[in-house]
Amino acid sequence: MASMIPEIAIEETQGDIPQLTGDPQSRRRPRLRYWRGVVLFLAGVYFLIPLYAGLRFSFQNDAGQFSFYAVEAIPSQTGFTAAFFLSLRLAAVTTVLTMVLMVPTATYVHLKLPKMRRVLDFVTILPIVIPPIVLILGILDAAPRWLKASPYLLSLVYVILALPFVYRSLDSGLTAIDLKTLVEASRSLGGRWISTLWHVILPNLRAAMLSATVLTIALVLGEFTMASLDLWTTLPVWIYQFSQLDAHIATAVSMLSLIGTWVLLTVIVSVDRSQSRRTRRRTGIL
Amino acid sequence: MTAFEQGPLRSSTLHDARGVGARVDLDRLARVFGQTRALDGFSISIEPGEFVALLGPSGCGKTTALRVLAGFERLDGGRVSVDGQDLANVSAQKRDMGMVFQSYSLFPNMNALNNVAYGLRMRRQRSHQRKKKAAELLELVGLADQSSKYPHQMSGGQQQRVALARALAIEPRVLLLDEPLSALDAKVRAELRDQIRSLQQRLSITTVFVTHDQEEALSMADRVCVMSRGHNEQTATPSVLYARPATPFVAEFVGVSSRVPVERAGNEVIVFGQQCPVRGVDAFGMLEAIDALLRPEDISIEVNPAGKGFVTHRSFLGATTRMVVQVGEISVRVDVRSEVAADIELGTHVEVKVISRDVLIAPRQLDKVPVPV
Repeated sequence: MASMIPEIAIEETQGDIPQLTGDPQSRRRPRLRYWRGVVLFLAGVYFLIPLYAGLRFSFQNDAGQFSFYAVEAIPSQTGFTAAFFLSLRLAAVTTVLTMVLMVPTATYVHLKLPKMRRVLDFVTILPIVIPPIVLILGILDAAPRWLKASPYLLSLVYVILALPFVYRSLDSGLTAIDLKTLVEASRSLGGRWISTLWHVILPNLRAAMLSATVLTIALVLGEFTMASLDLWTTLPVWIYQFSQLDAHIATAVSMLSLIGTWVLLTVIVSVDRSQSRRTRRRTGIL
Repeated sequence: MTAFEQGPLRSSTLHDARGVGARVDLDRLARVFGQTRALDGFSISIEPGEFVALLGPSGCGKTTALRVLAGFERLDGGRVSVDGQDLANVSAQKRDMGMVFQSYSLFPNMNALNNVAYGLRMRRQRSHQRKKKAAELLELVGLADQSSKYPHQMSGGQQQRVALARALAIEPRVLLLDEPLSALDAKVRAELRDQIRSLQQRLSITTVFVTHDQEEALSMADRVCVMSRGHNEQTATPSVLYARPATPFVAEFVGVSSRVPVERAGNEVIVFGQQCPVRGVDAFGMLEAIDALLRPEDISIEVNPAGKGFVTHRSFLGATTRMVVQVGEISVRVDVRSEVAADIELGTHVEVKVISRDVLIAPRQLDKVPVPV
């Protein structure tokens, strides 16, 4: 019996495993890496060439020479500041409205009407199917006059446009937690609905809400059709109008708007990450 | 060593006087889901400070009964009262019932301390008070050093102990345990089982424990309520439930029983050629075809080459060995002391005798095939 143990140990250490893993897999790996590299390169080219072209054009003068004049001239252009702040206000209002509307709705559907999830799935995808021009013309026809006079009508429309992205983000966030048990645990401990939502559900939906917020802001800052038809000069509308006067400045604003959105998203994601890191540090786990 | 292993609980932590638990009455509860009657006239009364286990197979309504008591499920009929107060119009958050769930239910965004303090926060206790009390409760369940850990940093057993501390923190009138041990491995389950029982006895808190594991129910509860198809089959102490099952369902569900077709002889039955009294005065009722339900310890075997039975299987259980003896077309399970069983080989012919003072009878089940151990 005792003599069998070293034999088994010897068999296990004779190097069969590297041979097994070495052969076909290692031959496949370089090919896989090669194709991965090709795909990544092509995708990168597809996305980066327009960006490069835009940036290059932004830093050129009319003579085609390198210049900062377009970037330096942006703040002093008529209507830029108003358009910029209008877009920011609309993004903030839309984000708040979307969250206030969708977080309780998605939570309620998950908890009480799970069979309605498919219906909601379908309803929230409609804004993608319906052309924006149809949507805004219908809304302009139906909206009361006092609302038509306000730019915040656009926020209401943007809430509809953001639904597909926001609902899906929240839906996946709610699916990832054991919502029913958490809510019941909170209620059995004396938590009212509002306390449960505030102390239990929202903190656990933070990542989903963050992603929904990011998507909503990006959507509002880039939306052109509806704002244009509603006759409000948001940043995309201003860029379009100004491109008739000076294409270099308009392109520079587009590029800065893009970079600004990226910076905003990076800040939001970093804040979330640093919060998680602080949490881990507090508990002694890094 | 945890606080509850050390000695009496400090009165500042929880009510430590005996008999502080509430009386619970569930009266003819009915709950219907579509075509299924999850609760069908289920009734039970639970004394203050009593630990009652609801035991039954999947779908018997035990969890529904617990959820009705907690206020998470509405009733289609019947009455739930605690200390005489009808809870029909009392929402879950106002019922003062601590609940430990089957799945880990700790709030992922809070550490152990804040999880335990949550119920106190909802009761608007001051921050330092609730933190002090939460720390004491974590100490009570042996997790004082884990207070800053988040649920994902704790094992399943630790999470359930925090959940228990959290449920106890609000000083509930009734503690509800919904299969809290079922997701844990055997060793942790056994440890936590002892901890829960010990804690419950020290706090004298009325406890309702749902489980499908009869070993858990019999070892922990003061009384066990066996449920079947939404109603109460029998509620009794574990020893009575095992020794004197009121119905064939209980006899077969709790412990191990062998069904043996028997013939009636006056007010008695003939089992393996032996005349035996029948358990229960009106046991026969309208029965014509009868089976006797025999526990392994109700039967003895004796090696006899002329015996009608022979041994077909044997399983070593420690002090005893369970043997399956084939008598004609019937298989019966018999417990034999292991030192005696060592001399009985498979295929040995034996004589089977009933040694219990009476036997439980049930309507004959012709399609029931005896299952070997």
